[in-house]
Amino acid sequence: MWDSTIINMLLEGIRDTLYMTITSTILGYVFGLPMGIILTVTDQNGIMPNAFIYKIFDVISNIVRSVPFLILLILLIPFTRLVVGRSYGSTATIVPLVVAAAPYIARMVESSLKEVDGGVIEAARSMGASNFYIVFHVMLVEARTSLIVGATITMGTILGYSAMAGTVGGGGLGDIAVRYGYHRWQTDIMIVTVVLLIILFQIFQTVGMKIAGSLDRRK
Amino acid sequence: MSEIEVRHLTKTFEQRGMKVDALKDINLSIEAGDVYGIIGMSGAGKSTLVRCLNYLEKPTQGEVLIGGKNLGNLTEKELRKQRSDIAMIFQHFNLLMQKNVIDNVCFPLRLQGIRKREAREKARELLKTVDLSEKEKSYPAQLSGGQKQRVAIARALASNPRILLCDEATSALDPQTTASILALLKEINQNLGITIVIITHQMSVIREICNKVAIIERGGLVENGFVEDIFAHPKSQAAKELILRDVPENGTTDLSSHQEKYIQSDRKIRIVFSENSAFEPVIANMVLQFGMPVNILKADTKNVGGVAKGEMILGLPQDRHLQVDMENYLRKHGLEIEEVTEDVG
Repeated sequence: MWDSTIINMLLEGIRDTLYMTITSTILGYVFGLPMGIILTVTDQNGIMPNAFIYKIFDVISNIVRSVPFLILLILLIPFTRLVVGRSYGSTATIVPLVVAAAPYIARMVESSLKEVDGGVIEAARSMGASNFYIVFHVMLVEARTSLIVGATITMGTILGYSAMAGTVGGGGLGDIAVRYGYHRWQTDIMIVTVVLLIILFQIFQTVGMKIAGSLDRRK
Repeated sequence: MSEIEVRHLTKTFEQRGMKVDALKDINLSIEAGDVYGIIGMSGAGKSTLVRCLNYLEKPTQGEVLIGGKNLGNLTEKELRKQRSDIAMIFQHFNLLMQKNVIDNVCFPLRLQGIRKREAREKARELLKTVDLSEKEKSYPAQLSGGQKQRVAIARALASNPRILLCDEATSALDPQTTASILALLKEINQNLGITIVIITHQMSVIREICNKVAIIERGGLVENGFVEDIFAHPKSQAAKELILRDVPENGTTDLSSHQEKYIQSDRKIRIVFSENSAFEPVIANMVLQFGMPVNILKADTKNVGGVAKGEMILGLPQDRHLQVDMENYLRKHGLEIEEVTEDVG
């Protein structure tokens, strides 16, 4: 059974999974990073407290995170179709992945930025730095290690979600596992895809932690 | 015109619906070139006061004028610009941990839009001033507390400030490092003419480098003036307490409280020797004249603004008349005396 079609299919699966995971992580940060920054600065202990704006983002992020991903995937089908023109395949999966990841990322970013020492922010204020300058030249710089660790964890979660999307025709390794392993009772192929997912996860995790560690100057 | 003028400053915080007065009707004027100490116990409001001087905290009432300019009338943008004139250093240094020493010093320069190369040049000069040239590429985590504070001072000087605010800047440092940081601050005051405001809870810091001092207690200003005068004649209870608590670093002249129990006297006086009286054995002569011993509870020499001042606490004999006579004798011989009511030590 290990003919070239199967191997090609697995290679394509890896490619699709990487494509979905990486694109979704990047797009997730495009929305999640600003959201996390807004949550941090508008918090009552933040540099621009604003209870109203904080509450809006707080509620949005909680609602989205409380919907199980599989349900979100199905709920979003009409929206996905509107954005990419169809509701199946790896590109289509990116839409619900981003929607699910952005609020998750926002929370990750928020917790990283809140770790930044208030004293350093005060020092920057005493030098005449604007809030904008503080966010980009103090908070994001000081929190970079923690932000990268957060991104690594996020990427692992998105990898898992992308496999889950396979159950509804999402493409990638998850899709292969469901089609061959579940529908056709080909356990060997399912095991191979699971092993491949584990290897990918390990690579993300190791590389992410290495980068974070090499950028940390606190030791 | 004073460099810093504080008028009727009041700051109220709201905590769980309760109003707390952190500062009540503070009036101060600090002249250009002063090294002005603000001292008080922890929680007295001195940190809030210093944050009002650069409007990191906005006063609830009252005014702060810097070089005649009322900070309350400035827009947010003007205020940020004004802050480059008022540098600040902190107890915990507050350096950027992810940036190396030179980039930390460059921070305020880059903030003002100065190009990287120029900023670096200026930063190198400043690191020379604080004697840390060889640490330029190190990260704060690799430095000692004293070195971190030196970096913070270099960073504070980068924007050519007229005023330097020090918020408990030596409280996290050991006595030797404290002395070297204070010496550096004094040098900065004298060579660059920068007005320095020092917040501290240690009388020793005030004695070492300040020329004027204000004593803050429970949000109110209880006493202020020249350090020499207040050291010799503390009027307020708070000032007396702070002076008595000013234990020498190697504490050898202090009596333990155990010993103290046996030499309790109902009248204790504190004497500060001025220069002329230090040559004459006044106490010994007094004992000879009255034929009655006195207890020396504490004796010390302290550096007040570079002048050595003798300080002694005596327990007088029980006899009321003798007490009055002895005090008169001491006054006649040119000594400054104060009654002490607290426990010594």
